[in-house]
Amino acid sequence: MPPPELISLWSSSSGAGRLSDRALWGAEASVSLGDLVDGSGLGGRLEELRDRSVLVATRDQLTAALALIELDGVASRLVLCPPDLPAEHVPYVVATAAVDAQVIDEAAPVGAAPGVETLVACSPKITPGGCDRTPRHATEWILLTSGTTGRPKMVVHTLASLVGAITGGGTPAAPAVWTTFYDIRRYGGLQIFLRALLGGGSMVLSSAGESTGDFLIRAGAQGVTHISGTPSHWRRALMSPSAHQITPRYVRLSGEIADQAILDHLRACYPDARIAHAFASTEAGVAFDVGDGRAGFPASLIGPQSGGIELRVENGSLRIRSTRTATRYLGDQAEALRDADGFVDTADMLERRGDRYYFVGRRGGIINVGGLKVHPEEVEAVINAHPRVRMSLVRTRKSPITGALVVADVVLNAEADAANGRAVELEQDIMRRCREVLPRHKVPAAINFVPGLTVNATGKLVRRDA
Amino acid sequence: MSVKGSVIAQFEQVAREQKKQLAPLSDDLVLLDSGLDSLCLAIIVARLEDALGVDPFDSDGDAEFPVTVGDFIRLYEDAAP
Repeated sequence: MPPPELISLWSSSSGAGRLSDRALWGAEASVSLGDLVDGSGLGGRLEELRDRSVLVATRDQLTAALALIELDGVASRLVLCPPDLPAEHVPYVVATAAVDAQVIDEAAPVGAAPGVETLVACSPKITPGGCDRTPRHATEWILLTSGTTGRPKMVVHTLASLVGAITGGGTPAAPAVWTTFYDIRRYGGLQIFLRALLGGGSMVLSSAGESTGDFLIRAGAQGVTHISGTPSHWRRALMSPSAHQITPRYVRLSGEIADQAILDHLRACYPDARIAHAFASTEAGVAFDVGDGRAGFPASLIGPQSGGIELRVENGSLRIRSTRTATRYLGDQAEALRDADGFVDTADMLERRGDRYYFVGRRGGIINVGGLKVHPEEVEAVINAHPRVRMSLVRTRKSPITGALVVADVVLNAEADAANGRAVELEQDIMRRCREVLPRHKVPAAINFVPGLTVNATGKLVRRDA
Repeated sequence: MSVKGSVIAQFEQVAREQKKQLAPLSDDLVLLDSGLDSLCLAIIVARLEDALGVDPFDSDGDAEFPVTVGDFIRLYEDAAP
């Protein structure tokens, strides 16, 4: 028998506000939450997914949303497959999470991942029945994030850790309509989805194929009140003539460093909105929100906080201990996610100026291009494979559009080449090779030929931590 | 080359590199309708900083975010030394 305190996403959503007044709007279809009381998007096959480890691999965010609502508490594990997961990594994900069932789109059916036998199609056309969602599990939610080798890291959460930062705060005066530029299968987007459901609101889901302008028009048409995105999402939105199609009460930024410029621009564009930037990561969960309109965060946040959160700065990086952090990484050889004291090292480097801390970059030179992580080693490996290259250092360059860009310092085998006026040709050739094998955001925007790079006593390249 | 010429040359170069179909450029063309995404624009801004020695966005949020190609070019013309 289940322990009596077992709660699920469906039961918490149902308890948060009248379901028939609430909806999920996708780009092509929508679902009234009220229809899920006596119906299901899984075509009567919910029971087949009970106690299983389920890969939620739909293209559409609306069907992914339905699967998450219906299967939390029912499945033992939900693996949230982001839409851009390269096919070559699917077998690793399936094996590591012991996936034995898969949810796909009814509208765009794809074959089962290798070794998966149960394939269930999900559709926004809700059919009656098949909706006994009695929870039997504290379902594990597996989120994928990028790893050093290109293979995804698999981060284990539960509904409890995911919703730890969401306070009920009573019924709001007017029901909230949430949206986000993020995909809900990423931590930042998932937070907004869960806030909409647990806060008694509705949600407009973004769509990969939709332009920023069209998305803003659609969000405005549904009367969006709460909206979140990365600073890069917001810079893009502010370049759209449709930025004024929405009149949000709440604007949230997360996923990248929010600089003063973007906070000021948002204030000017949405003078009546509450504007907050949050620190959150897939591993560390939501740590804090800053609502004073200034970049960085007050130094008083370091130390124990209410809600069982504790922040620490150690060797320059932010460490977080709370009930909202992930439990562990999945996989036999997975590294520890928390240290001996239970702190997650975010690898985000801080600098104190006066009474505030400011984020200055990532340890290990990790570059955040518009919310997407780039490990320099992965790019260096491609550059170093060029026959003319002796070694390279991939580093970050600040960008007012995407926060950061990738650039490379390259040492050539024969330095004469660069001096020969063939540097431009060689630069183009190295970039072409990078474009052939790397995703676009990882390809250096510029290559500088340098005479040498600093190597430390242990033979490693010296990287600046920012 | 004029500032406008340099900006347009970078639009064309980056579109070619990123295999993006560039819309016919005019002053009223909305940047987000140009066929270039945020990454393309970020690369253009970085290269223009190298070529012209200015980054008009680097002024503590004083500059408005450009909406059209004309706005974008004007930012550089106003910032040019």
